[in-house]
Amino acid sequence: MKLEGQIRIPSGCAISAVISKDGNRMNGEKIIESMKPMHDRSNGLGGGFAAYGIYPEHKEQYALHIFFDSISAREECEHLLRKSFEVVKDESIKTRTIPEITDEPIIRRYFVSPLNSVLTALQIDEKEYVVRIVTKINIELKGSYVFSCGKNMGAFKAVGFPEDVGRFYCLDEYEAYSWTAHGRYPTNTPGWWGGAHPFALLDYTIVHNGEISSYDANRRFIEMYGYKCTLQTDTEVITYIADYLLRRQKLTLEEMASVVAAPFWQTIDKKCPEERERLNYLRTVFSSLLVTGPFSIILGFEGGLMALNDRLKLRSMVVGEKDDKVYIASEEAAIRVMEPDAQNIYAPAGGEPVIVKVKEGKF
Amino acid sequence: MNRIDAVSKDYRSLNKMIRESEDDVAVDGALGQRFIAAGLEKNKIEITGTPGNALGAYLNGAEITVIGNAQDAVGDTMNEGKIIIHGNIGDAAGYAMRGGKIFVKGNAGYRAGIHMKEYKEKKPVMVIGGSCGSFLGEYQAGGVIIALGLGDEERDIVSNFPCMGMHGGKMFLRSECKNIVFPHNVVTSKADADDMAEIEEYISEFCEYFGFNKAEILNSYFTKIVPDSKNPYKQMYVAN
Repeated sequence: MKLEGQIRIPSGCAISAVISKDGNRMNGEKIIESMKPMHDRSNGLGGGFAAYGIYPEHKEQYALHIFFDSISAREECEHLLRKSFEVVKDESIKTRTIPEITDEPIIRRYFVSPLNSVLTALQIDEKEYVVRIVTKINIELKGSYVFSCGKNMGAFKAVGFPEDVGRFYCLDEYEAYSWTAHGRYPTNTPGWWGGAHPFALLDYTIVHNGEISSYDANRRFIEMYGYKCTLQTDTEVITYIADYLLRRQKLTLEEMASVVAAPFWQTIDKKCPEERERLNYLRTVFSSLLVTGPFSIILGFEGGLMALNDRLKLRSMVVGEKDDKVYIASEEAAIRVMEPDAQNIYAPAGGEPVIVKVKEGKF
Repeated sequence: MNRIDAVSKDYRSLNKMIRESEDDVAVDGALGQRFIAAGLEKNKIEITGTPGNALGAYLNGAEITVIGNAQDAVGDTMNEGKIIIHGNIGDAAGYAMRGGKIFVKGNAGYRAGIHMKEYKEKKPVMVIGGSCGSFLGEYQAGGVIIALGLGDEERDIVSNFPCMGMHGGKMFLRSECKNIVFPHNVVTSKADADDMAEIEEYISEFCEYFGFNKAEILNSYFTKIVPDSKNPYKQMYVAN
């Protein structure tokens, strides 16, 4: 099979999310159902989910979800894992055999902790260490691909329609306070398991509908900071931008939104002086991280979600709420599936971030 | 009237039933089915639930009423007929619309009326009761777009960049538009008595559907926007 970059398929996507502000955990049934009315936005070449709060019994360890092409790839990767981490638990990720999902790789989960002695010697914090090891596996170890590496969360993805992918991974058996979902309609590249959304690094996950025109400019910049875009699909770079701006540069979510979906200069000129200065600063310092072209994205992170449209709003996105829950999706119909009586349904403006956080201490 | 339960029907089978109906149709519980009543020439279609994208695309004479919100691309390229929405609509409503009327009680998303056009007796009309997202009337080439800003008087009646590339047709906004920046290719003025006479029938019809006070609306300040037809391409491609 041809991989990403060896073929171009010129051809939308669907995204959906639900979060409980009270940290109430929900199984994956509703988020799977929400993808059904948006079936035609995908073409069966990729579907995936991110779930937060699903591993409370292992919340101190990083949960690595890994695809292996072969037994030998697995052995090679496990050798590196045991050298780099204390592996607390090692298991296969439960899947259901269904006719809609075929050609699955070996799919395993490892709960790991970085070794203190190694961290001390390298003088880096544990998150940075995990990022380095994951990047190393994804670049150097052929046939191994880490597709999720955060604490108390996980991404699940495959080639197929999202509703089938959800059943394949038995997501009805996981309980999360926050879910995101994606149905893929690849625009430039073929579908393969690693290329499905969400794209995850640590606890950051991105699901994306759109196509980034600034991809290569963003890639060149972010690769100067140790990231490596290995998948030749545009969404990957947004995940690294989120990690770089939020974890490393310690920007707020609002600031990140003002970088990747910076307002036009003429819109900035209309703002009050303080706001103008703030926006000018962010657009100037991080000019290479402006993301252009159509996008609607949902960024998942520990304890919250952020939804964002490109500044021209070239993709649809709708937000609704009911009680403790907030719903976000490409189409209102998807929200109505999850909550028929959803209220305050509205479409955020282009570049206007919608940030939802779980109450402190509830996740 | 034929009742059709839309629950669990895909758009193909739902649309087939609508097309084959000899009589008016009530569609219950729509949920994301696309292209409802596409190209339809006759009958009234009343929908509850949330119809999917491209509701009434290429509509050619039928009348659609939605009790609720509609999603993106309502009335895409419609030619004749009416679409009445008792709620809000998504982005790009009336895309390349060339005839017929769209009435929306609530707000419109981005790019409402993008590339509306007219030819001789064919003159599309869109009336939005609430406020509109950015790029209202982008590349408007004909027809009439009216926004009333009812409901939330604090909010600007239209967001950024209205009338970008407008080169035909007319737009009426029930607002003095003090905060709104229009592009150089259009001219704005207070709607005069002739203008108000022109839009009265559309506002009447709007009030009839949604129960607003017509006299109150007509008594407001309306800004009229038309393209500056003296030199429409000035500064657009070359500095002339």
